[in-house]
Amino acid sequence: MVVISDILVQGIQMLLVLLLAPLLTGFVRKVKARLVRRRGASVFQPYRDLLRLLRKEVVLADNASWLFRVTPYVTFAAIWVAAALVPTFATGLLFNWTADLIAIVALLGSARFFLALAGMDVGTSFGGIGSSREVMIAALAEPAMLLIVFCMALVAGSTQLSTVANHMASSYVGLRVSLGMAVIALIMVALAENARIPVDNPATHLELTMVHEAMVLEYSGRHLAMIEFGAFLKLLLYVSLIACVFLPWKIAVFGAGPLAYAVGTAAYIVKLAVAGFFLALFETATAKMRVFRVPQFLGAALMLGLLGTLLLFVSRSF
Amino acid sequence: MPALPISALVLQMSCVAGLLGISILAIALSRSRRATAVVYGATLAICAVALFASTYWLIGGNANASTVTLPIGLPWLGAHFRLDALASFFLVVVNLGGAAASLYGLGYGRHEEAPQRVLPFFPAFLAGMNLVVLADDAFTFLVSWEFMSLSSWALVMAHHDDPENRHAGYVYIVMASFGTLSLLLAFGLLAGGSGGYSFDEMRSAPTALSGLVLILVILGAGSKAGLVPLHVWLPLAHPAAPSHVSALMSGVMTKVAVYGFIRIVFDLAGPPAWWWSIVIIPLAGITCVLGVLSALMQHDLKRLLAYHTVENIGIIFIGLGLALAFSAHDMRAAAALAMTAALFHVLNHSIFKSLLFFGSGAVLTATGERDMEKLGGLIHGMPLTAFTFLAGCMAISALPPLNGFVSEWLIFQAILLSPDVPSWGIKLIVPAVGGMLALSAALAAACFVKAFGVSFLGRPRTTVAAGAQEVDRWSLAAMFIFASLCLLIGIIPAPIIDALGPAVKTLVAERMPMQSTDPWLSIIPIAESRSSYNGLLVMVFIATCASLAVYFIHRFASRALRRGPAWGCGFSDPTPLAQYSGGSFAQPIRRVFGTLVFRARDHVEMPPPGDIRPARLRIELHDLIWEGMYAPIARAVSVSSDRLNRLQFLTIRQYLSLVFATLVTLLLVLAIWS
Amino acid sequence: MQMHSLAFDVSHTLAGSLVLISFMMLYQDRLYSLLNVFALHALVLALSVAWQAFVQNAPHLYITAAIALIFKAIIIPVALHRIVKQLGIHRDIESVVGIGPTMLAGMALVALSLVLMLRVTAEADPFAREDLAFALSVVLLGLLVMVTRRNAVSQVVGFMSLENGLVLAATGAKGMPLVVEISVAFSILIAFIVIGIFLFRIRERFDSVDVSALDDFRGEQR
Repeated sequence: MVVISDILVQGIQMLLVLLLAPLLTGFVRKVKARLVRRRGASVFQPYRDLLRLLRKEVVLADNASWLFRVTPYVTFAAIWVAAALVPTFATGLLFNWTADLIAIVALLGSARFFLALAGMDVGTSFGGIGSSREVMIAALAEPAMLLIVFCMALVAGSTQLSTVANHMASSYVGLRVSLGMAVIALIMVALAENARIPVDNPATHLELTMVHEAMVLEYSGRHLAMIEFGAFLKLLLYVSLIACVFLPWKIAVFGAGPLAYAVGTAAYIVKLAVAGFFLALFETATAKMRVFRVPQFLGAALMLGLLGTLLLFVSRSF
Repeated sequence: MPALPISALVLQMSCVAGLLGISILAIALSRSRRATAVVYGATLAICAVALFASTYWLIGGNANASTVTLPIGLPWLGAHFRLDALASFFLVVVNLGGAAASLYGLGYGRHEEAPQRVLPFFPAFLAGMNLVVLADDAFTFLVSWEFMSLSSWALVMAHHDDPENRHAGYVYIVMASFGTLSLLLAFGLLAGGSGGYSFDEMRSAPTALSGLVLILVILGAGSKAGLVPLHVWLPLAHPAAPSHVSALMSGVMTKVAVYGFIRIVFDLAGPPAWWWSIVIIPLAGITCVLGVLSALMQHDLKRLLAYHTVENIGIIFIGLGLALAFSAHDMRAAAALAMTAALFHVLNHSIFKSLLFFGSGAVLTATGERDMEKLGGLIHGMPLTAFTFLAGCMAISALPPLNGFVSEWLIFQAILLSPDVPSWGIKLIVPAVGGMLALSAALAAACFVKAFGVSFLGRPRTTVAAGAQEVDRWSLAAMFIFASLCLLIGIIPAPIIDALGPAVKTLVAERMPMQSTDPWLSIIPIAESRSSYNGLLVMVFIATCASLAVYFIHRFASRALRRGPAWGCGFSDPTPLAQYSGGSFAQPIRRVFGTLVFRARDHVEMPPPGDIRPARLRIELHDLIWEGMYAPIARAVSVSSDRLNRLQFLTIRQYLSLVFATLVTLLLVLAIWS
Repeated sequence: MQMHSLAFDVSHTLAGSLVLISFMMLYQDRLYSLLNVFALHALVLALSVAWQAFVQNAPHLYITAAIALIFKAIIIPVALHRIVKQLGIHRDIESVVGIGPTMLAGMALVALSLVLMLRVTAEADPFAREDLAFALSVVLLGLLVMVTRRNAVSQVVGFMSLENGLVLAATGAKGMPLVVEISVAFSILIAFIVIGIFLFRIRERFDSVDVSALDDFRGEQR
């Protein structure tokens, strides 16, 4: 029986994800600025950026096709749906059974597929650079992510993200070697997928250092706003994923009532702040790697995921 | 469901007879102008009837197999034919591909320069494939198998003035003969000392040498399907044939080889031993990765698609290997899941691979080029072809909500069940192969971004690409039908899984639980708490979110749009050759993976300053399997045949002494033996 | 599924971290970073042995942990740092056998040791079995470090990480007499002094410590 309140809670989750995503990126930028002794832009600046871009006129290349115009909406929708399926303040929401972890990874893969195609669409060299480097990074990050999913699924007995989160929150899982490896690998994959230092510089405009920025170079106006919003949502998705699986304190179970939801939301915002702070700290402390050291970095994540999966296959108590 | 008025088996046999008749008619009609339309129209009709009949039989859940014996062939054996659930499923695959290829051929075949070399063999090829699936004894099976190989060989040699095609045909016929020899030996072992060649006799008397049978079947059926290292003929032969035939060879003939493997290993060879899956699963994993990496290095569209077939066959065999592992340890529910996943991927692959070959055929018709380095910007001139090709690319990259994702998701669920198998070999191999499968899925997406991006997007690199026009409506109809099938199967996979149930049950003695009963049309392979997937809802969500975004933005923000020259950071180069080519797109992946797997090296020759020669980039790739395995064998055969050739030139005295030596040896053997 | 006690989990985590640090040693290509990773290796070993001392109530193991900490985490890395500086090779980049194949070989060795240990000790105490499996992995990875390196100093580091794996195995198996530990530690110290002297002599004589250069002086025909 589908109750109105259930739909309402799922809708609130989707809206919450949408509203918090630019705030997280704004917070990270602010902390990075403070760490290098600048004042930095306000944490609400990404909202203002998005509004500004939405109101601007789109300038399209002469030979851009319908794919170029459709891609921003498709990527935004795919990432938004994936982000709405990751538990934030409560697990077991109404439509959590439509897509499990593997489907979430594949949805992010479709968003990346379309973005890489859009990079090739206009036929400039920059688009080609971005797309080819992006698929190289994806060729290693996606298998690493899937092996991490295997680790989590073998520990929790299910690939359904709500079940995994409930398992981690309720039963005493303890310090497990495979989960330790999984969380390190997940952090490495999250850095690569969100185009953060040390894999890619999100603030660069130099061709030598671009991956994501090169793919979206030709976009402007509302299209660029959608793509940037998608990037914000993706960062929020990965942080929520790490939070709900590895930091599952105070996450509400579905149907627990508004007070539990409020506590869950507050805990979630605290987790976002902590993760954002550490991300900013890490980005400030490290330099960006050469492009061809990224495969070694991601290869290490892949090895960690494989080692964790192997340990879980060999013995359930690892 | 009400039964058909005539037996389904009789109907299928008459369809096969019809196809053979069309083939003979095509020889008679070959010089006529209407030959193409008549032949393809007739095969379309017959394949559609056969498709309808086998789908009806499959959905009806009719578990009783029907057999018929014809008094042709060997006098003491006859020719047995049988229609059961597994055969019915593969008949659906064969005839769906055949019908679509005929529909495509109605338009594409008009551009054929020598139709008399293609038209008689096309229906014969379809007839051969149908007969292999229907065969119920070893002799009929092998005769149909050879008939299928020979008719497809004739189609590969249709454009015989190109020396590459001749080379491809030669390699193909050698490998096909080798495969048939292995299968012959396998059937001989299965028949045993009693010599019972019909499949019923083989089923009732399992042989002790089933391990050797497995090896021979891997060599025989695996070489036809495209398992590494027996896959070398596939990227040569599949591109050489006309495009609709390539679609049939890649999408359907490889599946008939998979049918042969399943029939012999799961049905005839008896209960599986513990080590069978340990041989198959790593081989399949290596096939996946090697296939997709080779595909990434290609710039010929059809050769890229052929290498991709190798990868997908690897995926199917991973599912089959997992099913073998589970049934060897009596984990029937898991075996049912793995087998269903493999069979589902058989159907999916035949659909989207045929779609992609149709698209490349359309590109070949419109531009005359298969090399993607000479294409580009085709999306403007051929928008409908581009749309269907994009659907095929998305399906093969396993992106939700299309059908490729469903079968890969089912295989991943089967992999997650394998820690319960009590075999150490499986516990070590399956995580590694799971990683390889994930790697090949990601690389496949990269490969198709390259294929679609370089051929259809960007700016045209040559004048033929700039002048490309949309192809005729028959080809477009075939492509659109398959593209919609990809979407439909992706969003409503439950009926397909249920239809596969009877076939899976005959093979592993268990089937997956009924999926169509779920009110939301999700698929739940094991248990609700464990995992579930609902393609329809995912698609609805994505469409809703995208529409909401479009509505809000167009309503409250700006709708303005202006066209201008490309930005390119201010460095936009007017020549289309400055954009990324296929080789440059694959360069990062070539550098990361290719240096190990292909010994790939990029050689740059830079002229000294002041010299006006252009710089040259040369990419060096080695096919290690060809150089390490096939070339030495070919050299050894050549050397030994040169030596043996001297037997032709002996004197009479030497011939007499040869006869004398043989006689003495035989007498010695007799003396020692008894 | 057994409920995991904290003791089990912590010792597992420490043993697993030791394996991971051995992997990290495999791909270091500069000598200073290799020595730092080795110091980390010894530190984690000391922590693991101290935890075992706490859990098994075996106070003599605290001494083992202290020896590991003082000698292998502090004294030996510092001494090697100075040797490397005096040899003048601290700027060299080692030619390691390609990193991809090395990592894959490392994974295969870990898998091999897991299978071997868990099969051979099928009826032993579950706490100890898995730690033993990790210890064997550390030993095999230490050997792999020695095999894939050309520089004599790195081979010494590999040898010492191998010995760390042996110490881990011995402490995990509940009962390593102090006498054995002291004698093993002394033999390592002596070996280290001898190797250090030899390294200087080799350097003086042949102007390099690249072991492949020594092949030219072997004398006999190959």
